[in-house]
Amino acid sequence: MKIINAQKEDLKQETSNIGGIISILIVVSLISILICIGLGPVTVTPGNVVKILINLIPGFDGVIPHTWEQLDQNIVLGLRLPRVCLGFVVGASLAVIGVTMQALVRNHLADPFILGVSSGAAAVATLGMLFGVFAFLGKYYLSISAFIGSAITIIFVYVISQVRGRINITQLLLSGVAISMIMDGVTRIITLSAPNALGLHNATFWMSGSLAGAKWGYLTLPLVVLLICMAVLMVNYRGLNLLLLGDESAGALGINVAKLQKLLILVASLMTGVTVAVSGTIGFVGLMVPHFTRLIVGGDHRKVLPISALLGGILVIWVDVAARMLIAPEEMPVGILTAIIGGPLFIWLLKRNTKEKAGR
Amino acid sequence: MRLQIENLSFSYGSIDAVEDICLKVKKGEFIGLIGPNGSGKSTVLKNLYRALKPDKGSVMLDNENLFAMSHKEAALKLGVVGQENEVPFEFKVEEIVAMGRSPHKKLFDIDTAEDKRIVHHALEHLGMENMAKRSYQNLSGGEKQRVIIARVIAQETDFLILDEPTNHLDISYQLQIFDFVKRLGVTVLSAIHDLNMAALYCDRIYVLKNGKIVLSGTPEEVLTPENIYSVYGVRCDVTIHPITGKVAITFLPAGMGI
Repeated sequence: MKIINAQKEDLKQETSNIGGIISILIVVSLISILICIGLGPVTVTPGNVVKILINLIPGFDGVIPHTWEQLDQNIVLGLRLPRVCLGFVVGASLAVIGVTMQALVRNHLADPFILGVSSGAAAVATLGMLFGVFAFLGKYYLSISAFIGSAITIIFVYVISQVRGRINITQLLLSGVAISMIMDGVTRIITLSAPNALGLHNATFWMSGSLAGAKWGYLTLPLVVLLICMAVLMVNYRGLNLLLLGDESAGALGINVAKLQKLLILVASLMTGVTVAVSGTIGFVGLMVPHFTRLIVGGDHRKVLPISALLGGILVIWVDVAARMLIAPEEMPVGILTAIIGGPLFIWLLKRNTKEKAGR
Repeated sequence: MRLQIENLSFSYGSIDAVEDICLKVKKGEFIGLIGPNGSGKSTVLKNLYRALKPDKGSVMLDNENLFAMSHKEAALKLGVVGQENEVPFEFKVEEIVAMGRSPHKKLFDIDTAEDKRIVHHALEHLGMENMAKRSYQNLSGGEKQRVIIARVIAQETDFLILDEPTNHLDISYQLQIFDFVKRLGVTVLSAIHDLNMAALYCDRIYVLKNGKIVLSGTPEEVLTPENIYSVYGVRCDVTIHPITGKVAITFLPAGMGI
């Protein structure tokens, strides 16, 4: 009886632990969003940000004395708020894509940028943008073309990195590098032969990733896709955990491996597509965030997914602050900063990976 | 009849891996599958737990077509201990064991106190309850194998498929693991590398050579010097051991014996 009670205690404690971490992260996210809105070439104090935001809520109009300048309000509502919100959604999506792809290839070095999936999305998106190839798809043509690009690349990388039915990690990383070079090349060719001058600027945007120019209109689709994909993944968290044991063990424990892997490919390419469409290729977020999440809570996807999403959002909005402050009034592409931070981590992980292998 | 395999064949590309396998397992039996390296032991078992898809043949489990069942239904009846037990991600021992509960879970179910109890019980069964919070990645090979056995116990199936479960383990772990499995009192089909182990634990033995079943019967019937010579090409002396009452095989190096 004692043991059973102890186990119930244990269960309760564990559940409240995750709940605690998630609540703390939500609070940190909200505070970060408020502070980040204020930071930039023109600084607005967090107090004024809060006032401007409260003023927006229906019924509160005029309750708070109008002590801020109209310019501040325009900056906050027109530029910063959409940008920070978009940054958060993009960061969360990138982290979740990382988790998904890592479960798919059963390796923690997977990331949409490293495996060339983002580049694939960008290449097809550029094609769509400059030549209007996918114009018949309507308002979301950019996202849809990016999705097509990421889906093709992810399947391609997945297939060529299999050696005798197993993902070979060397093959995976090398094919990722090769494909992202090919795709970046394609993007350049397309933009250089572009019929308009706009092209050159946009190619840089796709290839280095940026949140500048965020609009409210950009936010809906990535947010909806993030929420749907997150729900799908959370429902399948047991399957994701089992995939990490290997295909055979997962199958023996009741998972239809082929079906789940197809679902993961769909989820990862969908999220990569809509994310790349609004922010270009921001690399290494999908590598860094899941890694640190696992250091905190272990490998269980029930914890890894929500915590990675929140940490990813927080990371990207802060890096984006650095991107607009470092060389202000010029903008630095946020993707360059994430690469500078994430690249060394990747090398370190790679080193550790090979050391472990050699030790066995 | 719990398991009945008829005319099962499987090939990797154009090379036949196993051909025309017929095999029966009755309730409560401990069946061994022996044979030289590359004779197709793992291939047969992988076809049973559907890591491979047979080219032809049928497998009936409790009079139901195994290949018509969903993965989940099969996982409620068949527990598997395969050869892969490396997990390249950070999990606690108890988390790995709890994964054995997944076939019992519906889409929105969470782990209950009952699951916790089963997991704890399984670990206790293997004397590993104080390792529950340890990291699985840092365990030794023998400890990992015990965790995997605990996982299959938590799965609560009454039929186990074991693919050389004691490969690369010290002799103490080898005995320990077979003792655990035997004590569970479930039906077992196991590929076994070591002939003396097979003799100690199996009720009946099937012998595979070049992808075909060449012999079957009780250890006494199968493990004779002549049979062992024809399958493995080594000479040996076979006696009934006075303590175990089972077949004991002593292999003879070249130049000794007849």
